[in-house]
Amino acid sequence: MSLISLQNLTKTYPGVIANDAVSFDIDHAEIHALLGENGAGKSTLVKMIYGLVKPDSGTITFQDKPFAPREPRAARKAGVAMVFQHFSLFEALSVAENIALGMEKPPKPAILSDQIREVSVKYGLTLDPERLVGDLSVGERQRVEIIRCLLQEPKLFIMDEPTSVLTPQEVQTLFETLRRLRDEGTSILYISHKLEEIKQLCQRATVLRGGKVVATCTPSAETAKSMAEMMVGTKLTTPQKIKPEFGQPLLRVQNLSVKSADPFGTSLVDINFTLRAGEIMGIAGVAGNGQDELMLALSGEIRTPPASVQIEGGFVGQLGPAKRRQRGLLSAPEERLGHAAAPDMTLTENVLLSAYHRQNLGRRGFIDFARAQIFAQGVIKRFDVRTPSAENSAKSLSGGNLQKFVVGREVMQNPRVFVVNQPTWGVDAAAAAAIRQSLLELAMAGAGVLVISQDLDELMEVSHSFAVLSEGRLSPPRDAEGITVEEIGLLMGGAEIA
Amino acid sequence: MIKLIPRNQPSKSMIALTPLIAVLLTMLVGGALFVALGKDPFAAIRMIFWDPLFGEHAFYYRGQILIKAAPLIIIALGLSFGFRAGIWNIGAEGQFIMGAICGGAVGLAAYPSDSWLLYPAMVLAGALGGMLWGLIPAFLKIRFNANEILVSLMLVYVAVNFLSGMVTGPLRNPDGFNFPESRAFQSFSAAHNPEIWAGTGIHIGVLVMLGLVVGCYVMLTRHIFGFNIRLAGQAPRAARFAGISPNRMIMICLGLSGALAGMAGLFEVTGPAGKLSTTFPLGYGFTAIIVAFLGRLHPVGIFLAGLLLAVTYVGGDIIQSQLSLPKASIQVFQGMLLFFLLAVDVLVMYRIQLLQRRVR
Repeated sequence: MSLISLQNLTKTYPGVIANDAVSFDIDHAEIHALLGENGAGKSTLVKMIYGLVKPDSGTITFQDKPFAPREPRAARKAGVAMVFQHFSLFEALSVAENIALGMEKPPKPAILSDQIREVSVKYGLTLDPERLVGDLSVGERQRVEIIRCLLQEPKLFIMDEPTSVLTPQEVQTLFETLRRLRDEGTSILYISHKLEEIKQLCQRATVLRGGKVVATCTPSAETAKSMAEMMVGTKLTTPQKIKPEFGQPLLRVQNLSVKSADPFGTSLVDINFTLRAGEIMGIAGVAGNGQDELMLALSGEIRTPPASVQIEGGFVGQLGPAKRRQRGLLSAPEERLGHAAAPDMTLTENVLLSAYHRQNLGRRGFIDFARAQIFAQGVIKRFDVRTPSAENSAKSLSGGNLQKFVVGREVMQNPRVFVVNQPTWGVDAAAAAAIRQSLLELAMAGAGVLVISQDLDELMEVSHSFAVLSEGRLSPPRDAEGITVEEIGLLMGGAEIA
Repeated sequence: MIKLIPRNQPSKSMIALTPLIAVLLTMLVGGALFVALGKDPFAAIRMIFWDPLFGEHAFYYRGQILIKAAPLIIIALGLSFGFRAGIWNIGAEGQFIMGAICGGAVGLAAYPSDSWLLYPAMVLAGALGGMLWGLIPAFLKIRFNANEILVSLMLVYVAVNFLSGMVTGPLRNPDGFNFPESRAFQSFSAAHNPEIWAGTGIHIGVLVMLGLVVGCYVMLTRHIFGFNIRLAGQAPRAARFAGISPNRMIMICLGLSGALAGMAGLFEVTGPAGKLSTTFPLGYGFTAIIVAFLGRLHPVGIFLAGLLLAVTYVGGDIIQSQLSLPKASIQVFQGMLLFFLLAVDVLVMYRIQLLQRRVR
């Protein structure tokens, strides 16, 4: 008998069927992958198992008994534990205090600390219970969440995109832990879209598309490409990277230091690099190592001494975003809704954010809405943004479509220098390929492109040169040709930085 | 426990109807209040809303409505920009007073000039005075992160005391038998803001108000400045990405609302009020906050809301004289209007869910 069996689970939200008669089983001591693009219904499905969402119809059988948790507490009691993509930890409290907060009846602090040490040694998750969470790296914070779950000795352990925030080495450590758990009889439901990892780790995979189960496969018998095609439902082509001759320097960053305004943010320390015409430079690094600060310092939302940022020889460190745009530096921040776009404004209004001056969308301060609409429609057309019209609000678009729109809005303005943070985060495979292709074309046309990303595969695919941001310091950029994932991983962990 | 859950798709027609529902609820509860005071509620409500417009003496009251509406609408238009951008100027009353003092002082200093340049200079001085008073909270917010709500509100009381200091000191009428008031602006026509057509209540301020309604409407819907204001209010981080400096926004919004309030103060003191005195502040600056929200921060809405509130002001005078109700009762009535507006707004935007108390 299987550990858990889902039968015809259906959940409808106004306007969408999130899950449509989903059925599959997870065996005892199995690592089972749940695959699918953003919006395929993975989150809704696990939320039903974890008691956060009630299914409209269908049943779950867990350990041969009907299972319908009313709330997460009931699910945890029955032996289901879950680690979310976004952690719920208090930075100002210690590891042990954070774990105690999540427990029904926490033991005495000294006993709990001993239990934490015991579990962390047993599963190879090094962690000091007395440290402040605010001082931990993202990988360590994830360990706090995992240990919190393991203390409940779960039968089924759900992990939602656990590796998106980890270095390659940390990923391997995590996999060791998960395999050990499996060998002890725990089943794991592993949600991811990283296909190579799934091939390494999982015995079986269930693929969701549009809320339906479209395939079940054995990952070790598939290729990453074949599984990607199951997810997307079409054939995929990867963009071609051509190594060009680089032109003159376009963007030079010299001794850039930025003190983070956030007490648990990362300050930038003495960053130096030069981006040339025709070059795509990839900046890798685990989230929270200064990416946001670097992005803001380059876009102009944080001002720095004039010489620390230079565009084509001119000092711009003291200039704000609008002035830098006039000099040819455009940017697309990571957070689409609320930062790159105003949620309640229409797409036509949203192009005014960055294109008002460069595209002459007004005269003497009076907005030319007709021109703005034409520009917005151009972006929608070229980047295949799925929306009824340019007059729909930004928040009505799915994440991937909005991402295409905000990247497209900048690319269509022919920047001299384009800085983009997480260009394909949460975007489906076909759209991601289109966005990467547009970055390559931009560089081919003579622009300099700086891509900040945590997705190593993406960086390997597009970048000509490569640097790693770790604890606010940037490694000296090097040629991307011939670099291995292991080398990058070491750099990401903070090693080898002179 | 009660939990408010945002509605996915708040009804468009309900949003438009909210001000009307708020007015009806105010009539209902206000009527109950009048019953509690031992008065006929139907007569009172009729006197507040109907008599000023269509009653026996409406020919006089209609002019009064415009006189009351002009300062309310001018101030509310200025406030609405800041309110949209999330900058809360609660001290328009103080800026109104300072505008009246500064503009009035320029006029009084030139007594008995008859230059036609005098009045424009007074308007300018009034706007400047209000603007500088509004920029104090702006500066303190930018420099020390001081809360502009508290600072602007407290500056109202500073302005009130400054006014008493002025009318008992430097600006006191030298021929006024030591009464705490300035020379009447009517006494020299260059500084007077007269009724342009007798009996209509229309003075220069009313015309400026009409111009401002149109101007603000164009600014808000067509101009990049209005767009930036909306952007800063809806998505502050996106505004920073677009290159709008939050500090500049604070300066502009508080300075602009101060300037308009100051200008309204000058029109008021040189026209309907006639002179600077300790009884000059009538609470227009506070009532304008109600006008701004009742009008949904939209110029046309503010215009209509300003007229409505002006009606209640005039109606308040009528119930005072005819039903001998206290002056405070109409203020409570106006306050109720804002209260119900905000309450109905919450119900339109959110639905209520009752949660069972968890047993520990």
